Amino acid sequence: MTARTMFEKVWTAHEVVPETSDTPAVLYIDLHLIHEVTSPQAFAMLGASGLTVRRPDRTLATLDHSTPTTSDQIFGKVPIRVDAAAKQVEKLEKNAAAFGVELFGMRDARRGIVHVISPELGATQPGMTIVCGDSHTSTHGAFGALAFGIGSTEVGHVFATQCLLQRKPKTFAVNVEGRLAPGVTAKDLILAIIGRIGVSGGTGYVLEYRGATIEALSMEERMTICNMSIEAGARAGMIAPDDTTFAYLAGRPRAPKDSAWDTAVASWRALASDPGALFDASVDIDASALEPMITYGTNPGMVVAINAAIPNKADDPVDKKALDYMGFHGGESMLGKPVDVVFIGSCTNGRLEDLQAAARILRGRTVAKGVHLLIVPGSQQVKREAEAAGLADIFKAAGADWRESGCSMCLGMNGDTVGAGQYAVSTSNRNFEGRQGVGARTLLASPYTAAASAVFGKISDPRPLL
Amino acid sequence: MEPITQLHSTTVVMPSTNIDTDQIIPARFLTVTTKLGLGKSLFADWRYASDGRPNPDFVLNQPAAADSHILVAGHNFGCGSSREHAPWALVDYGFRAVVSTAIADIFASNALKNGLLPIVIDAATHGWLLEHPGALVTVDLAARRLSLPTGASVSFPIEAFARHCLLNGLDELGYLHSKLDAIAAYESARAV
Repeated sequence: MTARTMFEKVWTAHEVVPETSDTPAVLYIDLHLIHEVTSPQAFAMLGASGLTVRRPDRTLATLDHSTPTTSDQIFGKVPIRVDAAAKQVEKLEKNAAAFGVELFGMRDARRGIVHVISPELGATQPGMTIVCGDSHTSTHGAFGALAFGIGSTEVGHVFATQCLLQRKPKTFAVNVEGRLAPGVTAKDLILAIIGRIGVSGGTGYVLEYRGATIEALSMEERMTICNMSIEAGARAGMIAPDDTTFAYLAGRPRAPKDSAWDTAVASWRALASDPGALFDASVDIDASALEPMITYGTNPGMVVAINAAIPNKADDPVDKKALDYMGFHGGESMLGKPVDVVFIGSCTNGRLEDLQAAARILRGRTVAKGVHLLIVPGSQQVKREAEAAGLADIFKAAGADWRESGCSMCLGMNGDTVGAGQYAVSTSNRNFEGRQGVGARTLLASPYTAAASAVFGKISDPRPLL
Repeated sequence: MEPITQLHSTTVVMPSTNIDTDQIIPARFLTVTTKLGLGKSLFADWRYASDGRPNPDFVLNQPAAADSHILVAGHNFGCGSSREHAPWALVDYGFRAVVSTAIADIFASNALKNGLLPIVIDAATHGWLLEHPGALVTVDLAARRLSLPTGASVSFPIEAFARHCLLNGLDELGYLHSKLDAIAAYESARAV
């Protein structure tokens, strides 16, 4: 039998109808995650056509994107300040009730960012197809699932039929070898990978991250890697499930139990790409050579080592436009540049290990005068765990602003924004113009680098503080 | 949906590469619960000054852009967020096609479902279009060809089924519905 990639195995297992030259495949979807921003139009389509949600048992809803992060708004002491966001939240509550979809509502202990809560519940499992009206659905590929973002029309298709029409993408092996140096994180690795293959280098592909470096990563680190696959243009990224994956999932509320667990693990072990399986493209990355990374421009591929200079590409109009927006010049050092805001959170770096990393830097230190450090847990569960472990106390003692869970300042549509012209070191995933607020200037980095930059009030290498 | 067969229009040129969906429609405009009316917020942060007045330097605020239905944009248009609000905003504004040398996957998929043609062409033809803003071009969807006023024409790829739906004004959901028996059989065979 031909050696097959992991992607090929998952894809084939979900083909209700294979693709032909005239028609795309009908692909079955195991898990459909939804949130308040990209679902209302899809529910409206169902309502207008007299349709129902075919498999509410395979559909899970949460509130995260336009949801505020201050406790008074979440727990109803004051109304949600952004009126349109309040309407969107109310709409999802009504739609979930009307169509029988499970919703983790505003005050639910299980609420959080969609890509944080599904893994922590054990709803995300190896070999599944998982979609959501959100491009960072690629996160779930860390478990060996085929997971990708879709538009609202497709959200409607999945509601109505539990299937999607899809053309089969190509495969791209990202081979990573070498041990990450102390202070260099999964975030630095994925930023380096995007810098290497470019922001459109993955278009049309599913990435598979492979090699000893990837195998040594924790599940939370693997999620950080897969999360940013879309920033290289790839809709999905996958990592083969292994003992690390199974140890993470064991005992989680929605993971299989007892004999079903043993059966599941046996089938999950068979998902990894077969030896000799062929990929359509590949790249080799030496992780041992990496340093903490930071972006200097307006897309995640415009990235350098923290102690490197901004590339001098004066004749490149793309670079010039980005540097003009950022107020930077080619040849300047990134170290020492001013910082106004630091945001630690998001579906990229809002999990417990990310907060532990931030706490390692912030313990016994304080945030520099004039810097706003906002730390937003990825879910209410992460919040409780961080509080129980004393991390929240470290953050508050350092002068940080500690919030309820949500997407928050990653995309500035919930009241948490960066001001025009301000510099924000952010552990999120996009440094696009205005992403964090009109005129905001975003520098993407790891939780270590973000926390260190908050302490010094300028772009700083975190390694001396570790 | 109205069938699309041909477009005949002048172009608007935005040469920037990697125009992401946050630029096409910033997140603060996503707190809507319908698809309508997003055209006024299209490219909002480039199109309007901080006081809300139109930025005269921005291409969509120039008289030549009026009545154009074809946007010619730099490489990798539509990258980033999966928000379908991006094609909704482009269509609401009046665009019916986006032409580039690369268009991001999710954006292209969303565009096809809303009657917005994602047209990927070679660098030489694209270069000509960038150098000739306002050129009157013809897009023939049935023939998969884009023709320049010079008489030159190039073919472009487009997913076969999406093209069929666009040419005939069909909704893809209808096809999925025709497969419900196969879907039910799949579910019972896999006990899902």
